[in-house]
Amino acid sequence: MINLQTELKESIIEQLNLEDMEPADIGNDEPLFGDGLGLDSIDALELIVLLEKDYGIKLTDPAQSREIFVSINKMAEFIEANRTK
Amino acid sequence: MKAKIYINGISSISAQNLDSEANPVSYHKTIFPAISPNYKEFIKPMALRRMSKAIKMGITSAKVALSEAKIEIPDAIITGTGEGCKQDTERFLENLLDQDEELLSPTSFIQSTHNTIGGQIALNLGCKNYNVTYTQNSASLESAFLDAEMQLLETSENKSVLVGGVDELSEKITQFKSLDGQLKSVDIHNLDLLKEDSPGTITSEGSHFFTLSTEKNNNSYAEFKDVSIKNSIQPEKINEEVEIFLIKNNINAAAIDAVIFGNNGDNRYDHYYKNLQQNLFKNTTQLAYKHLVGDYDTVSGFALYSACKILKNGRIPSIMNLNSSTPKKLKNILIYNQYLGRDHSLILLSAV
Repeated sequence: MINLQTELKESIIEQLNLEDMEPADIGNDEPLFGDGLGLDSIDALELIVLLEKDYGIKLTDPAQSREIFVSINKMAEFIEANRTK
Repeated sequence: MKAKIYINGISSISAQNLDSEANPVSYHKTIFPAISPNYKEFIKPMALRRMSKAIKMGITSAKVALSEAKIEIPDAIITGTGEGCKQDTERFLENLLDQDEELLSPTSFIQSTHNTIGGQIALNLGCKNYNVTYTQNSASLESAFLDAEMQLLETSENKSVLVGGVDELSEKITQFKSLDGQLKSVDIHNLDLLKEDSPGTITSEGSHFFTLSTEKNNNSYAEFKDVSIKNSIQPEKINEEVEIFLIKNNINAAAIDAVIFGNNGDNRYDHYYKNLQQNLFKNTTQLAYKHLVGDYDTVSGFALYSACKILKNGRIPSIMNLNSSTPKKLKNILIYNQYLGRDHSLILLSAV
């Protein structure tokens, strides 16, 4: 689980061009959107693509992403339960 | 009476360092990049991270031009770009191939359109006013100025319009210019460009923005008198065409104190400039600039930027001189540009 969280942080930093950030700068329970990391709606689209590309998870209901992309821990839990690769 | 248009703010990002006119940057390449300012001074890091160079250059130079004119929100944002956001277009197309047309990253697609630059400037400023982008090859910036001119001349109120031109390099699409002979076949020193007698030119990237207003202020650089675009002109008619433009503006060639030509070292098309240099403007101070910043669709923004500075400071950087003529005064400057014998444009400025 810890490895998956670090892997996720590395993928997010790379995919979302979070220059000058290290995985250690992102807290596992820190909110990804809003006051936390400050991601926006375009980032949410990038995260949906990331889930499908890296873990074979296709989100069919966009509203689902609100619950999944809350934090790194929430994303990791969802991936562990639903990954196909 | 026709309203007057003043240029109250200017900004340039190019392959030259603006602080070192006496020591121009020398390149030994056919393609060289613009020198980046510290974008973080103008754009928040979270917004900056996904921007291509065209967007970064556009927002930064737009903000400088507005700040010079002490304008926060312009009444219009009008952008010219010949090839738009090529870096994101390229990224998107590569992504399309790599991913077998599936699972595409949305960011590069969203930002690949030509009007992304103008849109991002508006988002950054929080400006919901008129916002249009013109893409007309090497007359893109001039098309934006035509729109601005019409908007400002039709109003009786004091209005400010932000007008600019942006083009960026990209790894592969820019290289295509080599394939159809637009670039020199071997690397040359940019500062020797105008001594070349061979086909093709050198290219680069840049962004130039200008704040135009119907009222002049203490910072005004010049009066923007007129702009004209002609897609096609027969080589033997170029003197006549320029005279027609001058007559329309109640001025003659003798009253032009300096002409900024777009000579780009391409011996297939520089005859348009040479014809004017040897005839209509043979006794006029002749200047050039593409040996400094390369040639690209909106590079005439550098000529306009230079003309504004010359008119305000009353001094011509010697690196721009094409002949030894020295103007008695610096009141009127004409800018003439064309690319590959097409998209001929004229811009007339006058000192304030």
